[in-house]
Amino acid sequence: MSAQTSVVAGQKAPAASVRRERIRYRWAYLFILPQLLFFIIFTMYPILMSYVYAFYDWSGFGPLSNFVGFDNLIKILHDEQFWNAFRNSLLYMAAKTVILMPATLMMALILNQAFFKGKVFYRTVYFLPVVTTTSIVGIIMKFIFGNDQALVNELLMALGILSEPVPWLGQAGTAMLVLIFVGSWKFFGMMMVYWLAGLQSLPGDVYEAAKVDGASYWQTMRSITLPLLMPVAAVILLLTVVNSMHVFDLVKTLTNGGPFFATETVDLYIYNYAFSTSGFPQIGYASAAGIVFGLTVFLITLVLGWLAKLSKDGKDARHTQSAKGGL
Amino acid sequence: MSRQRTLNGVLHVLLIVLGIVWIYPFVWMIFSSLKTNTEYINAGFKLLPEAAQWENYARAWKVGHFSTYFANSVIITCTTVVIVIVMCALTGYALGRVNFPGRKLFVVAITATMFIPKGYTIIPIYQIIKSLGLLNTLPGIILAESSGAHVLFILLYMTYFHNLPKELEEASEMDGCGFLRTFVQVMLPLSKPIIATTAIMQFIWTWNSFFVPLIFSINKPELRTLAVGMYSFVGEHTVDWSGMAAGASISLIPVIIVFIVFQRFFIEGISGSVKG
Repeated sequence: MSAQTSVVAGQKAPAASVRRERIRYRWAYLFILPQLLFFIIFTMYPILMSYVYAFYDWSGFGPLSNFVGFDNLIKILHDEQFWNAFRNSLLYMAAKTVILMPATLMMALILNQAFFKGKVFYRTVYFLPVVTTTSIVGIIMKFIFGNDQALVNELLMALGILSEPVPWLGQAGTAMLVLIFVGSWKFFGMMMVYWLAGLQSLPGDVYEAAKVDGASYWQTMRSITLPLLMPVAAVILLLTVVNSMHVFDLVKTLTNGGPFFATETVDLYIYNYAFSTSGFPQIGYASAAGIVFGLTVFLITLVLGWLAKLSKDGKDARHTQSAKGGL
Repeated sequence: MSRQRTLNGVLHVLLIVLGIVWIYPFVWMIFSSLKTNTEYINAGFKLLPEAAQWENYARAWKVGHFSTYFANSVIITCTTVVIVIVMCALTGYALGRVNFPGRKLFVVAITATMFIPKGYTIIPIYQIIKSLGLLNTLPGIILAESSGAHVLFILLYMTYFHNLPKELEEASEMDGCGFLRTFVQVMLPLSKPIIATTAIMQFIWTWNSFFVPLIFSINKPELRTLAVGMYSFVGEHTVDWSGMAAGASISLIPVIIVFIVFQRFFIEGISGSVKG
């Protein structure tokens, strides 16, 4: 862009254009300076230090002096409570993903129909939980599920589904269920919008062709929409999995990890070691836990990213094939 | 065709019923905030209060310190939005219009941070804020909230500025405008749609933020935002249910209104992140 400008100007007066370009560079550096400083101080340095801290026994106060090598990491790998939190995070992520992927796709397919009325209205309603404060939603849900007279118990008993109130947040199994349920409800609209964006990016001419050929709705769906949607699906899967691996606000306010650590996630586990007001903070240990979990999330991202690439390449291959075959 | 119409009719009914259930928690919250505490306990399904108890709001606002929390939320959110927008617009403009040496490296570096396995970076950020002497201050919270690489926003501005015709810039320079004035008076006003998208998204994110203000106000209750204040209110006033509902309403209603009014920009921003 600007290289072109300088070529055109360069034919007239080389010296002036070089000077003009230099001034532009200087301005550009000045423009990126604030972001660059922020980036170095609040992104690069923290990433680096989160690894460094992991090798120290450190409470966050005083100098960083007690180097312990891999002790923190070894301790974590032998901590039953860490693995419990790890399992909980994975379970939450897996359940949320399995529930949401098909459900949100279905909703997007309904709203994406050309003749469906009230799209914006429905989108607003179903997206609303996404923009509300998660921690406050957690508190509201605690009251809705919380005690015997809570709304959900009253409703299920009135409908005859339950004969006596269930202590939803007081039992390990049901507490996790409520957490997954509320988390899914909160994230539903986000994924719905992802799918809608994906559906709108599909090429219209293919659908015209299918219509001319007299393909039914389900035929079009099976042999056009779903295959073409695969690359987008892979990206959405990736975004959902990474998002669901980290859950803090909701679990902190809804169950605070209880009952008896049944819903404690890794993020909450780390927080309790790093910032808990009771007891001495163990910054080194918390950092090490953060690294173990960060690497896990990274590995999952790599695998899913690889899948996304595969499905994209597959689609491109099919595309060229069908183009050659003259669909 | 008529089968299709019946099917869509059924779908509408389903979507409306499910939609009511979907937003019922918020409706319930607002109505609960207008009941007395006795009414709240014995309410069952009865949604409407006998008489609207507006003093619940007065109580949350004064006794529950929601006036302070609200002011903190507004100050932190607005300042963060301005800082992030200014920083991202400047960076995006430089990256989109000037091919300076090191430009590629910069773009690669900020995008790469999205994929690097991060440890628990909030601890070092906490230490930085502490060493800057900003612990337990509003500027400290604002700095922590504005941190992050803002990759999505920068790329949005970069693409937008890159696609503006270069004649605009040339014409502006003919008129004697320098680099800075061209940016401020010609280019920036043109990027209003991107400013709207990024501002709305950042507003909603910061307003809803819980983790950062929680950590940074542990020893300083008067710095709590609405999200954190609500959490501690529940811990301190365990039996004032309608007061809590009023507090929750005070916290959620602003962000819901902002979303409904500006939802087009927000949805566009979200869609952009999956297309890109």
